This record gives sequence, C-alpha cells and structure tokens, in this order.
Amino acid sequence: MQEKHSHENHNISYSKYLLVWVSLIAFTSITVTIAGINLGDYTLGIALTIAAIKSALVINIFMHIKFEDPVFKVFLSISGFTLIVIFTLTFFDYFYR
Amino acid sequence: MSNHSAQIAHKHRDDVGSRMGMWLFLFTELLLFGGLFLIYAVYRHEYIAQFRVAAMELNTTIGALNTIILLTSSLTVALSIAALQKGNKILSILLLIMTNILAFAFMINKYFEWSAKIHHGIYPGSEHLLNLPNGQILFYGLYYIMTGLHGLHVIIGLVFLTTVLAFIITGSVNKNNYVKLENAGLYWHLVDLIWIFLFPLFYLIQ
Repeated sequence: MQEKHSHENHNISYSKYLLVWVSLIAFTSITVTIAGINLGDYTLGIALTIAAIKSALVINIFMHIKFEDPVFKVFLSISGFTLIVIFTLTFFDYFYR
Repeated sequence: MSNHSAQIAHKHRDDVGSRMGMWLFLFTELLLFGGLFLIYAVYRHEYIAQFRVAAMELNTTIGALNTIILLTSSLTVALSIAALQKGNKILSILLLIMTNILAFAFMINKYFEWSAKIHHGIYPGSEHLLNLPNGQILFYGLYYIMTGLHGLHVIIGLVFLTTVLAFIITGSVNKNNYVKLENAGLYWHLVDLIWIFLFPLFYLIQ
C-alpha cells in the first residue's frame, strides 16, 4: 500500500477525546454560570472568548486539524482572516458613517 | 474476500484530497453563517437594550441542554472514527447510532422550544411580534433564521451520518477506507461549532 495516510500515525486515544469532551462541558457550565452574574458589558466578551476556546478544541482535536498537513492550517487561517476583514470593514463603515 | 479487499486497496484514492474538498466546502458554510453573525452584530449594537429584553424570553435550560447534546454527539462521532480506525466495526456502528439518536434528540428539543414560542404568538409576522419594538422583532427574526438554518444543517447531518452508517454496515466504509466517515464527522463538528456561538449569542444575554 502506497497510499498516504498522513494522520494514521496520530491515532488519538479514546481517553483524549473524552478529556476534550469533559473540558467542553466544563467550559459550557462556566459560560452559563457567568451569564447568570451581572458583569454588564464584559458578559459578551467573556462568553465569546469561551466560545473561541471551545471552537479551538473542537477544530484541533475532534476535527484533527492539529494533525493535518500544513496546507489545511493555511486554508483555515485564510478563511478566518477573511471573516475578520469582513467584520472589521463593516464596523468601520458603521461607526464612521 | 481477501482478494477483493486487495483490489480495493490498489484502487486510486486520495484521502487527503477528499478531506480538503470537505474543508473547502465547510469554509463556504462558514461564510454563509458569518454573514448572519455580522447582521446579528450590527443590529445588536444598534438595539442593545431591546435584544436583552427579547433574549430573556428564550429558555436557557433548553439551550444549555441542547449544547450538551451536541457536544456529546461530536464526541461520539469522533470516537466512532477512532473505533473504525482501530478495526472495531461494531463499536464504530454503535457510536454512530448514538450520534444519530443525539442529533434526533436535539431536533425534538428544538421542536418543543419553537412550539412554545409560536404558542406564545412569537413567530415572524405574528400580530404580537409586530407590536413589539423594532429591536425585538429583529432579534426574533434572527433567532428563527439562524437557529432554523442551523436546524436544517442538523437534519442534513443526520442524513449524511445515516448514509455513512449504512456504508459501514455493508463494509464499503471500513478500517482501510474511512474517509467518508471522516467527512461526515467534519460536517457534524461544523454543526457543533456553529451552535457553540449561537448558544451564548441568543440564550445567554442578560
């Protein structure tokens, strides 16, 4: 067999997946708890930061990006960057209108 | 049988290319939802107080429950791929069935959540909703469009996962050729990723 199974060497153990799942649930309870406390303007920032951490876990471990070829990471960065540019430009237009 | 599988092994195949194709498709999905998140961001900025009032109506418990269901289904599909890689077909099938059950449970919750809202007269174009201030109308419009589009993705994911489940049972997706299962898994994780953002933005505003 000459086929490329580039990430076959990186078989992730069941326990690692379970650990990621436990962290995801833990982050969810943190975000729900924090939303209950009145932190005013910080609430949204904290909630989005936790959501970003959760996504990073899902993308890197569940979706195997951490173990993929570099080109996958390049594509992911380009699409993320595109979204950031669209958001930034829209808000620039919106604030200075 | 061994002769047959040897034939399959020598067929031309590009698993990295397959996954890349799936990822490129997921990026277009990201742009689709990105646009909606952008609309949400602008209108939330415009009507911050009214978004808060409207969000109070949403059931945080159902939202949190659905978050846990989706995160768990993401775990079971990831485990299902790992099980198939290790050659444990039965475990892989069971985990995939579990993923399907969880996806189904998510939709049942969604059904009850939407029914309760509609029962209270909150749905696009309803008399009750149109009498509310603009910000609240926009909030519920975005709520129905974004969770609705997400729900549509859950249904498509269910079909995708069930199809691959049939392939595993018949053996065309197996220990040596599981890229279809990986791609279905990638799609399912994307559904999970989008919900990770929808949940705080709609259910956790106080």
